[in-house]
Amino acid sequence: MKTVSPFRDLGEGRPEVEVLLNGAPLRLPEGMNLAAALLAAGVRSLRRTPVSGAERAPYCMMGACFDCLVEIGGVTRQACMLNVEAGMEITRPQEEITHVDG
Amino acid sequence: MDADYAIIGGGVVGLSVAWGLLKRGKRVTVLDGDDGSFRASRGNFGLVWVQSKGMKQPRYAEWSQQSAAAWGAFSDELADATGRDLGLEQKGGYDLHFSEESLEERVADYEVLKGKLGGDYPFEVLGHNALRKEEPAIGPKVAGAILHHQDGHVNPLKLLRALADDVRRLGGRVLTGKTVTDVSRNGAFRVRCADGTQVDAGKVILSAGLGAMQLGPKMGFRAPIRPQRGQVLITEKLPKLINRPSLIARQVDEGGIQIGATNEEVGLDDRVTAPGLAQLAAEAVAAYPVLARAQLVRSWGALRILSPDGLPIYQESPEMPGAYLVTCHSGITLAAAHARFLPDWLEKTADAPDLEVFSEDRFAVS
Amino acid sequence: MLTADLIVIGAGPAGMAAAAEAGRAGLSVLVLDEQSQPGGQIYRDVERVVPLRGDLLGADYAAGLPLAQGLAEQGVSHLNGAVSWAIEEGGRVMFTRAGRAEQAEGRRILLATGALERPMPVPGWTLPGVMTVGAAQILLKQSGVVPERAVLAGSGPLIYLTAAQMVRAGVPPLALVETQTRGDALRAARHMGGALRGWRYLLKGLGLMRELKRAGVQRFVGAEALAVMGDDRAEGLRFRRGGRDHEIACETVLLHHGVVPNTQAARSIGVAHRWDAVQQCFSPVLDEWGRTGVEGVLIAGDGAGIGGAKAAEYAGRLAALQVAEDLGAITAHARDEVARHLRGDLRRERAIRPFLDTAYPPYAGAITPEDATLVCRCEEVTAGDIRRFARMGCLGPNQAKAFGRAGMGPCQGRYCGLAVSAILAQETGQSMDETGYYRIRPPLKPVTLGELAAMEEPVTDAAE
Repeated sequence: MKTVSPFRDLGEGRPEVEVLLNGAPLRLPEGMNLAAALLAAGVRSLRRTPVSGAERAPYCMMGACFDCLVEIGGVTRQACMLNVEAGMEITRPQEEITHVDG
Repeated sequence: MDADYAIIGGGVVGLSVAWGLLKRGKRVTVLDGDDGSFRASRGNFGLVWVQSKGMKQPRYAEWSQQSAAAWGAFSDELADATGRDLGLEQKGGYDLHFSEESLEERVADYEVLKGKLGGDYPFEVLGHNALRKEEPAIGPKVAGAILHHQDGHVNPLKLLRALADDVRRLGGRVLTGKTVTDVSRNGAFRVRCADGTQVDAGKVILSAGLGAMQLGPKMGFRAPIRPQRGQVLITEKLPKLINRPSLIARQVDEGGIQIGATNEEVGLDDRVTAPGLAQLAAEAVAAYPVLARAQLVRSWGALRILSPDGLPIYQESPEMPGAYLVTCHSGITLAAAHARFLPDWLEKTADAPDLEVFSEDRFAVS
Repeated sequence: MLTADLIVIGAGPAGMAAAAEAGRAGLSVLVLDEQSQPGGQIYRDVERVVPLRGDLLGADYAAGLPLAQGLAEQGVSHLNGAVSWAIEEGGRVMFTRAGRAEQAEGRRILLATGALERPMPVPGWTLPGVMTVGAAQILLKQSGVVPERAVLAGSGPLIYLTAAQMVRAGVPPLALVETQTRGDALRAARHMGGALRGWRYLLKGLGLMRELKRAGVQRFVGAEALAVMGDDRAEGLRFRRGGRDHEIACETVLLHHGVVPNTQAARSIGVAHRWDAVQQCFSPVLDEWGRTGVEGVLIAGDGAGIGGAKAAEYAGRLAALQVAEDLGAITAHARDEVARHLRGDLRRERAIRPFLDTAYPPYAGAITPEDATLVCRCEEVTAGDIRRFARMGCLGPNQAKAFGRAGMGPCQGRYCGLAVSAILAQETGQSMDETGYYRIRPPLKPVTLGELAAMEEPVTDAAE
């Protein structure tokens, strides 16, 4: 399901794959820059800051500002430095940390 | 005369003493370095720590205990004055062990010290399972821990800022960007700086950290101190993961996990090294495996100020009476003692603490 | 461990050109770049993208193709997705790739880490819906994604280029809100001589303006008091111009007021930097070949001072020639033959800069932000906080960092460093050089403790 995005995707004809965003399925173009794909899909905010809880979204798109942080596989990553892969489970970072044995 | 006391060094040690003196109505001028000075006050681990201190000198254990006990009221007073909490937590701290043997050895040492302190050394031994109840994130490689109830931690940068703020508020004069070149005495003391600044004062305190290596001998002190590098790591901010601090890791009040620290004899080199980072990371992950997925966002190196036996030095200059050397490696733990009790010693009041064992006499050539 | 004669960090124009030049000279070259495709920011994903939308991005973008193809040169190996996080004595570089920390050792290291957009702290600049103009251009180049109903605000040629590219993509911006003034244009006229030597850029600029005018994109020049409107996301831009307040409702605000060298890597190894009053940024102190004061380390491209893509390419080649000569792969004579031409090209290329730097100065309101404006995005520290720390005796950004955490977050000061130093300098009356900059330490980019710990494993096993 697509929400209204303030961005227009000119389209590259990439096949879409399913990812999970905060547990909800979302179809994104495979191999596309993850931050770009999320913006184009109408995702307006990726996280809250740990200081004031303010919403943040991609800002620099070049790996420098760290505002596009997401959590994938329990690790905080920069969405603008990743490409979309099928089955990615993307969540807001640092909201929960699970305990690991061993 | 500009002040009753000129204090050389505007780190936590100098500012704690300044604050204590100002509270007693003394006029104080603090001379502080610049933005790039070696500053243990900016690089320390932030523990308010009792256990393992003074194993060979019970008076040091006692002095640390006295300071730890005074910390709560000290912190409250600073927080009230500046409107900012310091993040002090004193609900115990751990010495983590990866083997039963090392744990048992340490417990035996603590029992001896406890005896010398008349039994006032409240610690308990937690096996792996007991520890895991307290710290669910602890890993299977940790054999157990000593939980010492007098231990705790604080946000050392909030302490530094609160002192810098409140010393000024109390009327202290703090001059920053100063390099003291010379201290002379002709009746009063005169402290001269590289930029031509002069401060005249009735007494002088040298609390310049490693700066005392240079200035100390000029003022009649041995000042046998040396730098020892500690590298420290800090992760991204995380939800609550570690309840009590240990020498390996602690969760700071802002959420990051701080990991420390190396002990390296490398002179005045405060750089971070990749092997240092890797070693600290490996130890932290061994203790708390979930940390493997945490991002390290910053690291730093800072220089401890160590005397030959690791204890503080409190010494009045034999050549220049009225000049004092105050230096230690545990400026955070001892901040409350320096603020509350050291002024009595400086002022030679009836309440002056007995600091004889911390004099430079102990380094006399035999 | 990987080894090479030359390790190049960054695969933008300087890094790619240097790698090819060094490869041609017979050196082994290892290029470490954090992006998934070569090109840097200016030529982002150029090989893949030119066939897709090269027409709307223009010939200057396509000029990156031969550079990216140069990475196929004999002796050059290029590792993409390689995030360098520490550089140590002896030419050792620590980097992370695909979740593993690795090391490489080079006889020489060339830092080609490019530029960052100058931090532009204005009220609301941290809201979702606010990005840099450069970010919008990267979205368009790499992903074919364009903001609709956008306002571009600030100053500099990148605003016109990006706006024109948006027009060509069929998604024209609502308006350009420009902070440079008529006075700036007059001052810039003094540098017309240099500008005329860079006439191609002037013509291109005029062409872009015509494109924007034809498309009906509104321009507001001499704007001040910029503020992004909105509570939890950008809803518009407010500004004042000619004594009148304006508000433009929009979905996206794109900010830009120039680019500055990305000095993080160079600073982390103690390269000396000096304040450049014309470009209003810190630049590393280098010799004519790009050599730093640190043994074996060179810098080329915008990381050495802003000159643009072509200048970066020439400087990259110069640095590579010097390394090749230094390592005995070519003679000094051969080096100087090529270098003479390159230096001529470089001079011509840089001729336009004083004109551009004067005509499009940084937005004053973001150099002296209001007290309530956040300057440190990560730790949410305001300009007023920094001023308060100055009154508490902080002479430089490192003490201020300790007092209030500015620069302690994951971006490690990249987007607050210049603002914090500038505010402190204003408050203390010191120069920018006296005020200084954050002490940058590893990791240059975050690295997981697990990745770090894995580097230690063999030693731990031996010890236990």
